[in-house]
Parts: sequence; C-alpha cells; structure tokens
Amino acid sequence: MTADRPVPSGPVPSGPVPGQREWPLWEVFVRARRGLAHVHVGSLHAPDAELALRNARDVYTRRQEGVSLWVVPAAVITASSPDEKDPFFAPAADKVYRHPTFYELPDGVRNL
Amino acid sequence: MTGTRPATAAGDVARDVAGDVAAYALRLGDDALVLAQRLAGWVSRAPELEEDVALANIALDLLGQARTLLTYAGSFHGLSEDDLAYFRDERDFVNLHLVELPNGDFAVTIARQLLFSAYQLLLHERLAGSADETLAGVAAKAVKEVAYHRDHAVRWALRLGDGTAESHARMRTGVERCWPYVGELFESDPLVRRLAAAGVAVDPAELCPQWTAFVGGVLAEATLAVPDLPARITGGRRGVHTEHLGYLLAELQHLRRSHPEAATW
Repeated sequence: MTADRPVPSGPVPSGPVPGQREWPLWEVFVRARRGLAHVHVGSLHAPDAELALRNARDVYTRRQEGVSLWVVPAAVITASSPDEKDPFFAPAADKVYRHPTFYELPDGVRNL
Repeated sequence: MTGTRPATAAGDVARDVAGDVAAYALRLGDDALVLAQRLAGWVSRAPELEEDVALANIALDLLGQARTLLTYAGSFHGLSEDDLAYFRDERDFVNLHLVELPNGDFAVTIARQLLFSAYQLLLHERLAGSADETLAGVAAKAVKEVAYHRDHAVRWALRLGDGTAESHARMRTGVERCWPYVGELFESDPLVRRLAAAGVAVDPAELCPQWTAFVGGVLAEATLAVPDLPARITGGRRGVHTEHLGYLLAELQHLRRSHPEAATW
C-alpha cells in the first residue's frame, strides 16, 4: 500500500530510490490459439518470472484471449532506435522487387 | 441450473433434506460472498496495479460462486440472491469467521487467502462428486477457479515468508492473525453430517489432515512456523460473528436497502 512507503526527504530523486526498487518490467506475448504466433500485447510489472506469468494471465487473458503466454524481461530486449528509423527502414521503400507482387498466387494458398 | 429440488408432492423427509441443502448452500454462498466483499476492498489499493487486478479477479470468481449458491439456497424459499445478500441481518449470515477478518496489510490478506483457498479447494474437489446436481456443478466450476486462488496465495506466501526480514515479519504476523480462526473451518455439526451421510455435502472434519499437510508444507517452505495459538470462539455457522461483519454488511447492503423499491441495477 502506497501509504506505507516512506516519504523521501529532500529533493525528489530522479532515479530509483535505494531500497524501494520498482518491480522490473516484463513484455507479454499471447498466443490466441494453436497454430498462431505469440503476439505482443503489452507489458506489466512483476517481481519475478513466475509472478509475471500469473500477472499476465490476470491482466491480459481474463477474456479468453489466449491459450499460451510468454513473458520476457523488457531489459533483455534490444530495440532499434527511433533515431535510426531512416537508415534502418527507409531504403526498403522503393524496392518493389522485394515484394512478391509479380507472381500469380496459386488457388488454394492461404495465409500468405 | 436444475437441482434436486423436490416436487411439491414430495414428503416431509424430502422437504427436510431440501431444507438442509438450502442451509448448506447458504453457508458456502456466504463464505464466498463475504470474502468477495473483503477482497473487493483492495481495488485501487493493492501494492501494484497487476496485483489489484489479480485480487479483483479472485473476488469476482468468489462473487460468481456466491451468486449461484445464494440463488440455489433462495430457490427453496422463494427468495432471490439479492434478497439473501442484501436483506439479511448479521445474525442470519452463516459464513466462517476467517473470511470476515479485515484485510490488514497485504501479508494478512495473503495469509487469509492461503488458509481459506487451501480449504475451499479440498472442499470443492469433494463436493464435485455430490449427489446434488447443483452443488456438484458449482463445485466442479469452482475447483478450477480456487486452484488458481491457492496458487496465487502460495506463491506470495513463499515470496513474503522467504523474502526480506520485513516481509518475513509481516507474513508471520499475517499467519498468526488468521490462525486462531482455522479451527472453525473443520467443525462439523448435525446438518453437515446428515448431508454427508446422504452423499450431498462434505463433512469439513474430513478435510483437516490434508489441509494441515498442505498448509504446513507451504509454511515450512516459506520459512514460517506453524503458529501455536489458541483457537477463537467459533459460531459463524450459527450466525454468531466477530465484530467486523456488521461493518462489512453495512457497506455491502446500505445502497440496496436505501432504495428497496429499485427494480433494476
């Protein structure tokens, strides 16, 4: 309960207060049903992996959204930076030959 | 929901059994209703948002169980679930004392959840085989829910008990706060013995050895001692309660009682 937390004196520190560590952040992935991939649905705080899984169950699957859950510590994810958006992604824009649009799709091929 | 409610032509014996079943369903329904109300008190106040949702989910599971059980109990007397939930006074509630205890801090709530959900799981596992279709159906559904409630409580009890010095002390205090109310869980009386003999109810006394082994195991793993404390006076099943229930019911009932003619909600 927040009321029980000691009130820090002096200037409000910008980083985590020693001895009052926030629970780490976890990214949550849900598989909606068998055969589909796990899809990122959001994040949550939890003290460890087991409880992160249970928190994910409570927060993200209470309306039958899934049959399988992954939780991943957010800290271990290496993400591309918004600053590098152009070098990373822009060069793909004018390379239409990378898209399989020059082929006829045979009948009966689905999920492509 | 179809039950074994006897037809109007049934004899006195069948009516007696029906009365017993109604009284028994009311006990289990009141346990669930009162604990649901208690846990709802954590909404917006839990240590973390995630835990807020977890406790609210557990409360709603219990509220669902309460609704079915109170509806069933009321059906024998022509009363609705709302009649029973909102228009009975304290002395007419037949829940266990443990579920009416104040939430305390998070560790007290976890201790109460551990002790009660371990009990409720054993109870519903057996009640799922009841000769009464409705009770069996409620229990079969509740088993899956309560298994999760117990899992939630066990994991927190382990982390708090075997955590920091502060969390250990709080968890120990929590268990000690709840322990004097454990004896009542396993009390039987003529009503449950009659129903148990008919294959309808579970005699709670039978659950004690398994419960003791399970909870003892969790406490040991959580580096917590099994408290050696005298039992409190019991009486919840007879409508004799701790001083806490009246306040809980006031909060639960006052809106409905202020507007008794309101047709819908």
